Amino acid sequence: MEERIFQSTWHYINTHWPLILNWTAQHLQMVAIATAIATLLGVGVGIYIAGEGRESLANVVVNMAEIMLTIPSLALYTMMIPLLGSIPGVQSIGMVPAIIALILYAQMPIIENTYTAIREVSPAIIEAGRGMGMTPREILYRVKLPLAFPVIMAGVRNAVVMSVGIAALAVFVGGGGFGIPIFRGIRNLRVDLILTGAIFSSILAIILDWLSGIVERRLSWRSRGGGK
Amino acid sequence: MTGKRIMSFVLIFVMVGLTIYYTFYGAQGWYSPATGQEMLLRTWEHLKLVGIAELLAIGVGISGGLLITRPGLKFLATPVTAIANVGLAIPPLALVAGVSPFFGIGPRPGIIALFIYSLLPVLRNATVGIEDIDRSVIESARGMGMSKFQIFRKIELPLALPVIVAGIRTSTILCVGTAAIAALINAGGLGQIIMRGQSVNFVALMLQGALLTAALAVTLDLLLSETEHALTPRGLQLNKETE
Repeated sequence: MEERIFQSTWHYINTHWPLILNWTAQHLQMVAIATAIATLLGVGVGIYIAGEGRESLANVVVNMAEIMLTIPSLALYTMMIPLLGSIPGVQSIGMVPAIIALILYAQMPIIENTYTAIREVSPAIIEAGRGMGMTPREILYRVKLPLAFPVIMAGVRNAVVMSVGIAALAVFVGGGGFGIPIFRGIRNLRVDLILTGAIFSSILAIILDWLSGIVERRLSWRSRGGGK
Repeated sequence: MTGKRIMSFVLIFVMVGLTIYYTFYGAQGWYSPATGQEMLLRTWEHLKLVGIAELLAIGVGISGGLLITRPGLKFLATPVTAIANVGLAIPPLALVAGVSPFFGIGPRPGIIALFIYSLLPVLRNATVGIEDIDRSVIESARGMGMSKFQIFRKIELPLALPVIVAGIRTSTILCVGTAAIAALINAGGLGQIIMRGQSVNFVALMLQGALLTAALAVTLDLLLSETEHALTPRGLQLNKETE
């Protein structure tokens, strides 16, 4: 029984490479677009709420981010359909809602990490910067952000890994990716399709986790002044 | 803390309210939403799935974590943490789907998938929680003449407890979300309603399932974060506030 399962999966993978590559490309595309936008948004929001005199706003945003992360992804995708459907001119089915849901999720760890990292920069260092005659803008770009960088990168890595997992559910709102073979397999009782989707999406997630770990370490090493 | 509590309460209130609204007034033409009775049944099923998987995961995860941090088995701690971290990167959908060819469909394979997935954060945090305790604290306990068991019971366990509970919280939240996905392999629970709504393309039905699942996750998160706060030793709490 088990042997047959693996044989048929192996056969399917061997005969359907173009299709698998296509799903990989779709999956990567969703993750890439979503994390790129989420990084911009997340770092922007994080920097904004970490500013002077915005403590209460920061509190609300960080709490909201925390609560948002507890909402199950399947539930969020499902809620996206009527929400987007009520806005005229926006597709409620397809790649667009899939990516919007991904952005909503992926920006949360980035906002949280950016905010805490900037807040935790030692006041003494900021004071020193001010003493050297830096403007607030210079302090932000040349003191706070470089020091906060490793933590922000950790948030981005977290966001990438999360998006790979959540993007697998994108097929639910008509997006692409490895959710397609899994859903198709379950609907049609095709074990080979199910396993192909499960194996490849897991491999993709593990590879991206590993790669973003390398990028994180390399970049944060440089921001501490190690690399030339 | 209080801000998050208030926001969670408002969110839960709105989501449960909307679910009730859809249950009673959601009918449209030939389509009717799930009845109140079915909603209760599905919620109960969902809680049962999460509860069984989570209890198993807590039992195995904590005892495993405590076991591999003993002096003789310490070499296992790093690889186990690494494996748990890699395992958590795997999409829940892939895990749920991957279980079905081997264990079939129904609640049992669902619980197996949920158990595997929720074991990882508990195991990781139990290991890390004990590994991260300051060596000097244990050293001074030994200096005071505490036996190994006393050190374990009076020093290691209380200090690691907040981290372990944080792991249980992460794992429960993941479990609630994954249990919704497990409806794909007919494990029951609120995901079943979402899937039904999706296959007949009826929004009220989808929302009934989704809103209540989300409300469940937020409620459990709130309860467990309160527990986490209550279990943190007083001294560590003060430390956190001054940080």
